[in-house]
Amino acid sequence: MPRGPQPGSVPKLTKEQKAARRGVLGRLVKFIGKRYAIQLVVVIICIFLSVICNAKGTAFMQELIDSYILPMIKEGSTDFAPLAAAIKHLIVYYAVGVVATFSYNWIMIFVAQGSLKDLRNEMFEKMEDLPIRYFDTHAHGDIMSVYTNDIDTLRQMISQSFPQMFNSAITIVTVFVYMLILSPSLTGVTIAMIAVITITTKYLAGTSGNYFRKQQQALGAVNGNIEEIMNGQKVVKVFCHEEEVMEKFNELNEGLYENAYKASRLANSLGPVNAQLGNVNYVLCAVVGGTLAINGWTGLTLGALVSFLQFTRSFIMPIMQVSQQFQSIVLAMAGAERVFTLIDEEPEVDDGYVMLVNAKEENGEIVECKERTGMWAWKHFHKAEGTTTYVKLTGDIVFDDVDFAYNPEKTVLHNIKLFATPGQKIAFVGATGAGKTTITNLINRFYDIADGKIRYDGININKIKKADLRKSLGIVLQDTHLFTGTIADNIRYGKLDATEEEVIAAAKLANADSFIRRLPQGYNTVIKGDGGNLSQGQRQLLAIARAAIADPPVLILDEATSSIDTRTEKIVQDGMDKLMHGRTTFVIAHRLSTIRNSDCIMVLDQGRIIERGNHEELIQEGGKYYQLYTGKIQNA
Amino acid sequence: MVKRILQETKEYTLSAYLTPVFMILEVAMEMVIPLLIADLVDKGVEKGNLSEIYRIGGYMLICAFIGLFGGIMGAILGSKASAGLAKNLRKKMFENIQTFSFENIDKFSTAGLVTRLTTDVTNVQNAFIMVLRMGFRAPVTVIVAMILSFRINVRLASNFLIAMLIILGFMTFVLVKTRPLFEKLMKRYDDLNASVQENVTGIRVVKAYVREAFEKRKFISGSDGIYKAATAAEKMIAFTMPMMNLVVYTCIILISWFGAHAIVIDETLTTGELVSLFSYCMNILMSLMFFAMIFIMITMSVASMRRIYEVLEEKTTITNGADPIYEVPDGSIKFNDVVFGYNKTAERPVLDHINVEIESGETIGVLGGTGSAKSTLVSMISRLYDVDEGEVIVGGHNVKEYDVETIRNQVSVVLQNNVLFSGTIAENLRWGDKNASDQEVRHAAKLACADEFIEKFPDGYDTHIEQGGTNVSGGQRQRLCIARALLKKPKILILDDSTSAVDTATDASIRRAFREEIPNTTKLIIAQRISSVMDADRIIVMDDGKLNDIGTHEELMASNEIYKEIYEQQTGAGSGDFDKVDQEGGVKNA
Repeated sequence: MPRGPQPGSVPKLTKEQKAARRGVLGRLVKFIGKRYAIQLVVVIICIFLSVICNAKGTAFMQELIDSYILPMIKEGSTDFAPLAAAIKHLIVYYAVGVVATFSYNWIMIFVAQGSLKDLRNEMFEKMEDLPIRYFDTHAHGDIMSVYTNDIDTLRQMISQSFPQMFNSAITIVTVFVYMLILSPSLTGVTIAMIAVITITTKYLAGTSGNYFRKQQQALGAVNGNIEEIMNGQKVVKVFCHEEEVMEKFNELNEGLYENAYKASRLANSLGPVNAQLGNVNYVLCAVVGGTLAINGWTGLTLGALVSFLQFTRSFIMPIMQVSQQFQSIVLAMAGAERVFTLIDEEPEVDDGYVMLVNAKEENGEIVECKERTGMWAWKHFHKAEGTTTYVKLTGDIVFDDVDFAYNPEKTVLHNIKLFATPGQKIAFVGATGAGKTTITNLINRFYDIADGKIRYDGININKIKKADLRKSLGIVLQDTHLFTGTIADNIRYGKLDATEEEVIAAAKLANADSFIRRLPQGYNTVIKGDGGNLSQGQRQLLAIARAAIADPPVLILDEATSSIDTRTEKIVQDGMDKLMHGRTTFVIAHRLSTIRNSDCIMVLDQGRIIERGNHEELIQEGGKYYQLYTGKIQNA
Repeated sequence: MVKRILQETKEYTLSAYLTPVFMILEVAMEMVIPLLIADLVDKGVEKGNLSEIYRIGGYMLICAFIGLFGGIMGAILGSKASAGLAKNLRKKMFENIQTFSFENIDKFSTAGLVTRLTTDVTNVQNAFIMVLRMGFRAPVTVIVAMILSFRINVRLASNFLIAMLIILGFMTFVLVKTRPLFEKLMKRYDDLNASVQENVTGIRVVKAYVREAFEKRKFISGSDGIYKAATAAEKMIAFTMPMMNLVVYTCIILISWFGAHAIVIDETLTTGELVSLFSYCMNILMSLMFFAMIFIMITMSVASMRRIYEVLEEKTTITNGADPIYEVPDGSIKFNDVVFGYNKTAERPVLDHINVEIESGETIGVLGGTGSAKSTLVSMISRLYDVDEGEVIVGGHNVKEYDVETIRNQVSVVLQNNVLFSGTIAENLRWGDKNASDQEVRHAAKLACADEFIEKFPDGYDTHIEQGGTNVSGGQRQRLCIARALLKKPKILILDDSTSAVDTATDASIRRAFREEIPNTTKLIIAQRISSVMDADRIIVMDDGKLNDIGTHEELMASNEIYKEIYEQQTGAGSGDFDKVDQEGGVKNA
């Protein structure tokens, strides 16, 4: 039985989730309120003014008929002066209304866009401070969708739904008050109708909600299928499997249509149903009001009735709007929740206090200095004694019985012990999953160790400020990440204030200069989309140049050449050898050719160092390294 | 473009046409109600005639129910038409994509195609139902309200006309002015998102170089740019609402003043009619606002429509010629001065005047650095791409003379980026031949050395493969892909770096099986690893798009520098590779 892709079902919200959503709403309001308190007050006043003025206008119709037209007909008067005066008043009201409407629309732009900007910035700043673990455990697509989809729904909510909701709410209250004044009994009729509208809305929205969930599932299935087939489209072509693929797709597509149709049918009926119920309300009020007016009951005048009828229309409208906006607010809350979840993520803690400073030697003592000397020292403040000592940065790294686990159930590194003296080349070899990369993750504290100690120039790395620790380490990774910008910008990533000469020198050291010069704009060639237009090898060379310009005393090469073919590797290797000269280097590889000349080679297997020594020693040992090196294992 | 997209309403065309009809019915009823109200006020209330009130009230209720019927039918049919259009668009695009050549696919990129099939279709679907329901409703409301107003009082109604023209003029102005601003804003959004994407994927680099502050500054300046662009665009929009209010208020004042005169002095207007005029005034205003909304929605969906249109109109670059040949006589291959480039405007072609002749049943190795055009070379054989110059002859005929499906079935390629699909192992293998017997499936798996691990799985050949084949290891996936290709029983088999994750011993036994079991099939093996090609009959050495050399291992070792260099690098002591030791366990997560 073929199993189709199984999209996550869309669960109904539980009570707690609903409460959480409300909490999110409060937080969002607070977020905006903190920044734009005055503006928001002005906006509220303006909305209020605009609603009042609008209502005043509607109420004027009663006045027009009752106080002017009807009396004038009755008296046969043609004196329009009182009416003119009243209209002048009205003009003032309207003018205020227009100005108020403009003001709150204008201010809301800045409030909404400003809040979004702050939200975006806060989100990004928080994200940059998150530990690597976060990025390793969250799908990149999910993180991206917070920036794109969720922020977008929030934008709609802040700039549209919020003011509209508010406007509608004030309208409802104001109109309700007017209606009550005009005729309490007719207001009763309207309220009864509103109850009917609410019940119908709830029913329709609930039923269509079910279909919407089904639609989401069907959509998930279709999207999943589309993604799978588009990714394998070339394979489909090669196997001439177009028809079979179509068949499966059509089936899913048909299912989506069914559910989409049903969901949309109900959701779109909501508008007309409410509108016509509004009309029914209008008729009811007219009939009841007419009866009352004719019989002179409850003192309802003709003008009051006409005005009231006008009000019923402006009463039903905002209620419909509120119910519509409510839906979009619920959606936006889900987005806001994800935005705040990202903001609330625990940032990377850094309680290190040992700092990296420029230093020079005076009378055999290391002293701190402002200028760049090329010599660096760890500034170590000892709390107990209240003294500060300086330790020269040399790149001496010691692992003392280090244990580590990404999650508590599974330890990936066991009792790792190693010494790397300045300038040495230390290699880690082993199969994928043996724990090689984990070791480097620990040196630069992308992850913190569970047990044991790592010392850097004799200092426990937990005491070193993370930023300073990382500045002293250069890393070249297997997947080279380049950033949008020119080639020169990308190299300069290692040292922001590098001069052009330094950039070129670094490129030359990495053997990248020659290919860069052959690019259309040389060093100013713009790289887009993670350097898709460069070959793997070229990107790797740029990564090496980037590390070279940073000029760190310690270098970590994490599978830096493993995705390059052996011919290109030679060129890259050349660049790397030059870079490694005089630095403590950790090389991670699964190819032995890369590491043969290392001072010490650690063979890792399932998180343990099973063999260690230089090449000759390991060959003598006749263990796994020997087997692999001599190729004996291949036929084993 | 819009026409082409609307063609896809197909079986839902009737629904699409009927939707506006019902919407108009709804609007008509809504328009009649204010008229009845005028009657109700004039004939019923003012004359104190209760039965008249009931009679007219009754009419109004009937109208409301007819309106309800129209509205619901409009919703139902509109939903049907728009969901149907979406379905058909997806189907048609999907269908057309299936005819795409590799060149077409490269042009759009996988992600691009996915967006077009998903997000873009949804956008068009939403815009379509909006237009069907509101797009007709709004103008009809305006027109009907206008006609009725003119019937009541020409002088007063002419105010509406002027007001409407002012509003329309203003909205056009705003839309024209803001459009480029919004486009600029969209571009900035894209740039910012691209920058976030870079940060998410490259976070290790950012952190390793302690560039968090730098990236934050970069982001904030981009974010500021969005703020500026967005406020600039929306400032224009902020004028819309107050402008509308201004115009409507002016109308109300004018109607009040002149209406009062008309009632009192000229007696050409009744109080009831005055009330109706107020209603129509509101109706016209609301409709104009809807109109603006629809306009914005259409503008937004235009980009989506264009992207869908591009896919619909894309013609496959590879088609059957007249009188195609349905039989490939043998597995011989000949390249006659073949020139090919992916980018036709590039200065240098990717394949540069290739000449080579391969006999049927030969095993040919292809070696060369990355970017030396090894994969491109073999793509020409099954006509995945068409040559720019020269010709590729398979079995004595130019590949263009064959039926495309025939040549693809007879030339089986295991692509470098091979993919398995969700389904069982057996189902995946049967892609090669859907009518293959269980025994044939097993045999192919055996040839590809895949039977050993398949049989270790608890469900054997019925083991479910996850989307993208993520629950089998790289080496296992490659072997399954080879087995799948073998089931085609091709005349030519091409392995494009298809054993790179398979350990050397297994790799060797796969090649042994090929030699023994399918001796008559021409085999082309592209590899990074020299041991994979060393024992081939002949080896092609590619270098920078040119055929550098061809010969046996011994010949090349004697005369070819590149070959010798690669050989020494890989076979010298210390060329071992931890990842090339077979360490495949069972099915992960199964």
